[in-house]
Amino acid sequence: MSIAEIFATMSYGTAPESTAEARDWIAARDGRFGHFIDGGFTAPGDAFETVNPATGEVLATLTQATAGDVDAAVAAARAAQPAWEGLGGAGRARYLYALARLLQKHARLFAVLETMDNGKPIRESRDIDVPLAQRHFYYHAGMAQLMETELPGRRAVGVCGQIVPWNFPLLMLAWKIAPALAMGNTVVLKPAEWTSLTALLFADICQQASLPKGVVNIVTGDGAVGEMIVGAKVDKIAFTGSTEVGRRIRETTAGTGKRLTLELGGKSPYIVFEDADLDSAVEGLVDAIWFNQGQVCCAGSRLIVQESVADDFHARLKARMDKLRIGDPLDKSIDVGAMVAPEQLTRVAAMVDGCAGGLIHRAASPLPGTGCFYPPTLIEGLEPADPLMQEEIFGPVLVSTTFRTKAEAVQLANNTRYGLAATVWSENVNLALDIAPRLAAGVVWVNATNLFDAAAGFGGVRESGFGREGGWEGLSAYTRPAVEPAPLKVPAAGKTVAELSPGIDRTPKLYIGGKQARPDSGYVRAVHGAGGALLGHVGMGSRKDVRNAVEAAHAASGWASMSGHQRAQVLYYMAENLGARAGDFAGLLDAASGRGDGVSEVEATLDRLFTAAAWADKFDGRIAGVPLKGVALATRVPVGVLGILCPEEAPLLWMVTALASAMAMGNRVVLAACEGAPLVATEFYQVLDTSDVPGGVANILTGAQADLAPVMAAHLDVDAVWSFSAADLSGVVERASAGNLKRTWVNHGLATDWTDRDLRPFLEEATEVRTVWIPYGE
Amino acid sequence: MKMESATGAGAVPAHSEPRNPGMALDMGWVRSAQANTPAIERRAATLPGRRSVKKDHQAAWLLKAVTCIDLTTLSGDDTPGRVRRLCAKARAPVRIDLLDAMGMGPITVGAVCVYHDMIAPAVQALDGSGIPVAAVSTGFPAGLSPFHLRVAEIGESVAAGAAEIDIVISRRHVLTGDWQALYDEVRTFRAACGEAHLKAILATGELGSLRNVAKASLVAMMAGADFIKTSTGKESVNATLPVTLVMLRAIRAYHAATGFRVGYKPAGGISKAKDALVYLSMIKEELGDDWLSPHLFRFGASSLLGDIERQLEHHVTGAYSAAWRHPMG
Repeated sequence: MSIAEIFATMSYGTAPESTAEARDWIAARDGRFGHFIDGGFTAPGDAFETVNPATGEVLATLTQATAGDVDAAVAAARAAQPAWEGLGGAGRARYLYALARLLQKHARLFAVLETMDNGKPIRESRDIDVPLAQRHFYYHAGMAQLMETELPGRRAVGVCGQIVPWNFPLLMLAWKIAPALAMGNTVVLKPAEWTSLTALLFADICQQASLPKGVVNIVTGDGAVGEMIVGAKVDKIAFTGSTEVGRRIRETTAGTGKRLTLELGGKSPYIVFEDADLDSAVEGLVDAIWFNQGQVCCAGSRLIVQESVADDFHARLKARMDKLRIGDPLDKSIDVGAMVAPEQLTRVAAMVDGCAGGLIHRAASPLPGTGCFYPPTLIEGLEPADPLMQEEIFGPVLVSTTFRTKAEAVQLANNTRYGLAATVWSENVNLALDIAPRLAAGVVWVNATNLFDAAAGFGGVRESGFGREGGWEGLSAYTRPAVEPAPLKVPAAGKTVAELSPGIDRTPKLYIGGKQARPDSGYVRAVHGAGGALLGHVGMGSRKDVRNAVEAAHAASGWASMSGHQRAQVLYYMAENLGARAGDFAGLLDAASGRGDGVSEVEATLDRLFTAAAWADKFDGRIAGVPLKGVALATRVPVGVLGILCPEEAPLLWMVTALASAMAMGNRVVLAACEGAPLVATEFYQVLDTSDVPGGVANILTGAQADLAPVMAAHLDVDAVWSFSAADLSGVVERASAGNLKRTWVNHGLATDWTDRDLRPFLEEATEVRTVWIPYGE
Repeated sequence: MKMESATGAGAVPAHSEPRNPGMALDMGWVRSAQANTPAIERRAATLPGRRSVKKDHQAAWLLKAVTCIDLTTLSGDDTPGRVRRLCAKARAPVRIDLLDAMGMGPITVGAVCVYHDMIAPAVQALDGSGIPVAAVSTGFPAGLSPFHLRVAEIGESVAAGAAEIDIVISRRHVLTGDWQALYDEVRTFRAACGEAHLKAILATGELGSLRNVAKASLVAMMAGADFIKTSTGKESVNATLPVTLVMLRAIRAYHAATGFRVGYKPAGGISKAKDALVYLSMIKEELGDDWLSPHLFRFGASSLLGDIERQLEHHVTGAYSAAWRHPMG
């Protein structure tokens, strides 16, 4: 085209980024890659190809890891770990800083290689992926530097197995490796088989940084290699990927004692109120669902727009879609690149083709003739009952529906199994800040979308997984208490007698919704004291009692919205009423244990109640130091409804420690009393009854924990289960929790130090960190 | 889209597009106008990275930018001689050897923009070129002289031969939320313009917020503005990309609602060829190709042309250029 012709048509032309350096880098390795184990690259083995999805060109051949490769990588990481941790935070900070600098120095190479391998537009890899990866290493260099002073009593978990997806290959690697290394862990990381090249380039810069051998190990291959890592002798698994695979990992690791964090799928709502800046909200959608071809776990993929502006908004949206430029990802003027692989293209196309309802609008822009390209698509007018409103599409496909009121907007937004992110657009600060905390999501963006930073925690609730990446809260996944717990002592059964001591019979029932309720089973079991004396009977709780208790707990959701001050008042009142009956409880404890320490246990329990009350209005969030004009609020929100299995040791102290901590943070609790001294729990009904505890906030069941635990853990409306049972229930709970991917906190047969007055471990388990991003400026 | 001849462009091209007649003041629409500053700033900040125009395309785009320049002199020491020199540059803004090398016929700038007293020498100097003379008016730049004098000034400038009148609005009407007064003012100015086109200068740097820019843009268009323009060049903050985005979106909304296309003129602070490319791509993205033409888009700029000339010579020769190699205006 001549200049005169271009002058007349004002077309953009092409602006291709050169691939020469990236090709040189591959060629220098003969286009064949082994694994990076113990500081060196292994010889290429059984190979598979990695392909540029925009062109179909084979970029390189990679090695499918064998069990031996994974074992070697884990062994190298294990061997390297003590010295790496022993180096100290300041020593590790130097290495992390070097990695950040090297990422920066080779930024363009990383960006081009990422785009060639993944198909994402060069603008995104250049302006988003690579800078955020650098930022993660800088940020965590700082965390390493500060570890000893700011995280006293914490140490590295050990060897971490890390499995990252193909949508942000380098960035997800950074999110996994930077915090792990900062805290003194060593890693075995597997990149996705479609997109391993930038991980191998990262291995290259680990060598350039003279990172000690074995600290970072990278093995390539498909899901089978991921399974080998999950099954290997590692201390922790960190996985980002599909909910389906995450659930399998949860089941596989159940009962092994391996720590687990999962960052899974999403179907994130994008709510537009009538008073929003509609044009900006439309532009936000471009960043929400047409960023990275919609292959983003937190993509704003469900548009929920107020009826009063819906037609206008959709018209603007379609006009904007038609302006999107789709094509060669290496072109600097391309908005939408290639999907990662033909399989994904086929899958997305099939999902859209199978959609019966709604009006489909596809961006008018022409598609390249070959390559994995799918047009930006809007499916308008779907209802929650349509499958595509519920299922994650993981492609450039937006679905939309409308709402009438703010309450309906929240209902629609939360009508999902997922809970990763949410976006709210409104120019009314009252409205936006009212809605934000009511959304079931780990991240909420107000008048913006897809904002990320190392200083702000990222992660989900519900089936979007658990754990946070980024911020102080992200470090807990990579540290553990420095004190090693002792094995749990399981009480031995003694001989028993069958006669009740004389007196008025008291037969406690279950405590559900603030009232005593007969067990559904209609059975009771005998409770014996230490000397074998029959102390009384308690109800045998069963499935339906769990069901009723969970329903009662949900009905008491008002507890979560009470202020910390109000909750503290209730906890103090519980202490008052327990104190008034201290003698009764001490007697019950002594009868159960045969020891004479009941008085001191009651005293310690009162202290815990005071501590929990003290924390109720003090377990503050923080303002994350993100590079933005605005605030990113890391808020502590209650997990929801907790199932708690009590231990046999210190029956009153433990029960109240767990209950009060959970209550202080706004949770409702379904508690399975310990089996040895359940009368302590049933006696506690009266404390709850007299202390203004709203019905349903604290529910107490008695019976066999082995029966109650799987029901609680499998219950899809329970948000977390804590098990400190003396019975071996950790594996049962973790396995059954996979159903809704609820959070679990289990003892793995290890004892807890009940003399520790620090409630923070409980408070952390009782809360989720939700990051609310609020850019501002007028 | 509208296709322009590559040769002989320069004068406001004859186009079938009707002038914006304006409409009744729609206060519901004005009140509902929103502008979220952080989101607008984010869009403005990322656009340059989303669109990159290179090589021949860049040269063509820069030539387009030249044809959209209102070559401007607004100084107290302007003289007929100074204006004649500017007008000569307006007729031949890019060296003919460079145009030849690029296979382009002659081009001119979009207009010459002067104060009232310089209209006559400008009209004379541009005689036969087809280049319109634009006059700043209505007590430019503050717009605080007596209202009847401001209206009369338009009439005199039109009589003197100005084809375009760049009026300034009373900022106080925006700052006090008196949209009716703003509407009436611009409506009166428009009537005084007659056949001359009215460019409404909003002085966005003095309006306090992007929300006010959005509202003032709508009111000016409702009152019949042919163009809305950011600034006089005399405010401390002049044309910016966020302000541009807000005004372009208002133009788009007005077009969607009425079918009339209103032009846009950023003025002040655009001095680099690279910036001009970003403005053009923002127009293309937000409004479409129809607006990439001097009858709907102008740069109010005095030093931009010099930078574009140097970039064009670099495009032709491959060597970086020097200012003194290009005739001054």
